Amino acid sequence: MAGLELLSDQGYRVDGRRAGELRKIQARMGVFAQADGSAYIEQGNTKALAVVYGPHEIRGSRSRALPDRALVNCQYSSATFSTGERKRRPHGDRKSCEMGLQLRQTFEAAILTQLHPRSQIDIYVQVLQADGGTYAACVNAATLAVLDAGIPMRDFVCACSAGFVEGTALADLSHVEEAAGGPQLALALLPASGQIALLEMDARLHEDHLERVLEAAAQAARDVHTLLDHVVRQHVREASILLGD
Amino acid sequence: MKETPLSNCERRFLLRVSCELVSPKLNRATEGILFFNLELSQMAAPAFEPGRQSDLLVKLNRLLERCLRNSKCIDTESLCVVGGEKVWQIRVDLHLLNHDGNIIDAASIAAIVALCHFRRPDVSVQGDEVTLYTPEERDPVPLSIHHMPICVSFAFFQQGMYLLVDPNEREERVMDGLLVIAMNKHREICTIQSSGGIMLLKDQVLRCSKIAGVKVAEITELIQKALENDQKVRKEGGKFGFAESIANQRITAFKMEKAPIDTSDVEEKAEEIIAEAEPPPEVVAEPVLWTPGTAQIGEGIENSWGALEDSEKEAEDEGGSDEAVLLDDMKMDTATEVSDIGSQDAPIVLSDSEEEEMIILEPDKNPKKIRTQTVSPRIGSGSPHFMYYASLLRRSYVV
Repeated sequence: MAGLELLSDQGYRVDGRRAGELRKIQARMGVFAQADGSAYIEQGNTKALAVVYGPHEIRGSRSRALPDRALVNCQYSSATFSTGERKRRPHGDRKSCEMGLQLRQTFEAAILTQLHPRSQIDIYVQVLQADGGTYAACVNAATLAVLDAGIPMRDFVCACSAGFVEGTALADLSHVEEAAGGPQLALALLPASGQIALLEMDARLHEDHLERVLEAAAQAARDVHTLLDHVVRQHVREASILLGD
Repeated sequence: MKETPLSNCERRFLLRVSCELVSPKLNRATEGILFFNLELSQMAAPAFEPGRQSDLLVKLNRLLERCLRNSKCIDTESLCVVGGEKVWQIRVDLHLLNHDGNIIDAASIAAIVALCHFRRPDVSVQGDEVTLYTPEERDPVPLSIHHMPICVSFAFFQQGMYLLVDPNEREERVMDGLLVIAMNKHREICTIQSSGGIMLLKDQVLRCSKIAGVKVAEITELIQKALENDQKVRKEGGKFGFAESIANQRITAFKMEKAPIDTSDVEEKAEEIIAEAEPPPEVVAEPVLWTPGTAQIGEGIENSWGALEDSEKEAEDEGGSDEAVLLDDMKMDTATEVSDIGSQDAPIVLSDSEEEEMIILEPDKNPKKIRTQTVSPRIGSGSPHFMYYASLLRRSYVV
């Protein structure tokens, strides 16, 4: 990685973006007919697919049913061809388990689970191409899928990653920037209230810079929210036109 | 090759750091491999069963990995022996012995102390030849550690209103969520992880990071001191290791020193006490006759196991006495079933059970009017069971 400038003198990153700029986001809802809700999102070169089934009866052991809320079950899987080198284990390894747990934690907080007691909501996320910011793409895709399924949520859950290079906070890291080994922060935010649903950070970052990086990630998440909001409204408009309203 | 016990108030870990020469990963040919494995043994807490702990295990293991591996606290380049062929693989195995909450903090401290304490065998490379020296030939070499990341956990309660640092087991069970911040003494944040579905605000996170900074500075000092002490003790040839670190807090003395007591005027004092005391209450010796066939001697309900069999054949009697005693304690809010029993008060049905209905009669009324069949009463007072049977049988006779 020697000689690779993450931030040039003029303030441009490796792919030509500015420090606080997001990658191009394209999303579609309702891509699968079988599932209750589904969504596909592309954030730059990172592509993620999310599918939601539910709320339905608890599968498997009935003893897991919670009497006052719904159970949220999340599974994360990244395709073997998603990274530069072929991955041996698409799911079941520790990292995928951890991602699944984090997604579950995020959505348990955001979905209004009290409205569906004793039932189960399944969220399956598949990463087709990983170019940095996989957690963020998964959360954004899952949000759209949950909205497509019509499951009530407190607010959008928008996520974005952020990093810190040479005194500047970068938003929405790509794989090259992540692999360089600098600090990376992943943040999932409910934009209306500014509450953080999940915060995770790796690698060394001095405490004094924490606030700046947090702020950059929060701003990026709010920008993502604007985009996702637009996508949802577009989808609803199309659906209502098709229905003939 | 080095075992380190660690006790953090009541949490105890036993860890072992070992090393071996392996071939490196393909994409990192000149870096050593660091591998962490945390295990929750069943002796740590009754809730830990094999196969049930996977979520917690994954979370803890990943957090430990990220904290120690991604923060690059160990110089992995220095673990390379022959680039692309032989590197050191350092393996840290942690076993939790006693669970008192907040496993991750203790695990991170344990792991970093063990890594500081660890010595690996010396290796020299001459051209193509690699010589591995045993500990006897050359002193083992410590690992090169850049900094010591230490995790600090914060438990949130009541939607973020209350914050507890370093929760113990009971607090962990009822908390809303957890925030783990790993820092080193240079105030660099190595890892942040929020879990448990709490909603955080940015200033809460910043405040926690400040608290963590203070705590980490204290803990790092403690660790340094402990490592120095251990080194000193080893040099001087004293005892060290796990057994020494367990404090013996029990009283194991079999002998007690006799304390001198002055017993000269005990008799006088005893007489004084007796004279001033109140006389004991009179014991009622005569039996109290509640109803024909029921008497009470002394306090308490008599045991009437032997009498049960006799009573089942008899349609008779109850002595409402014990029932009356019971009645006073029990609340009767069930509907009363009025059966035609003449001038008596309506019997009160005690329970709603479908099997039997217990009808209690007032003890001082003449029960003879209820009876439709005269049978000589022979039964003494009985236990409530007996009453049950008697009343059952009686019911069948009531018209």
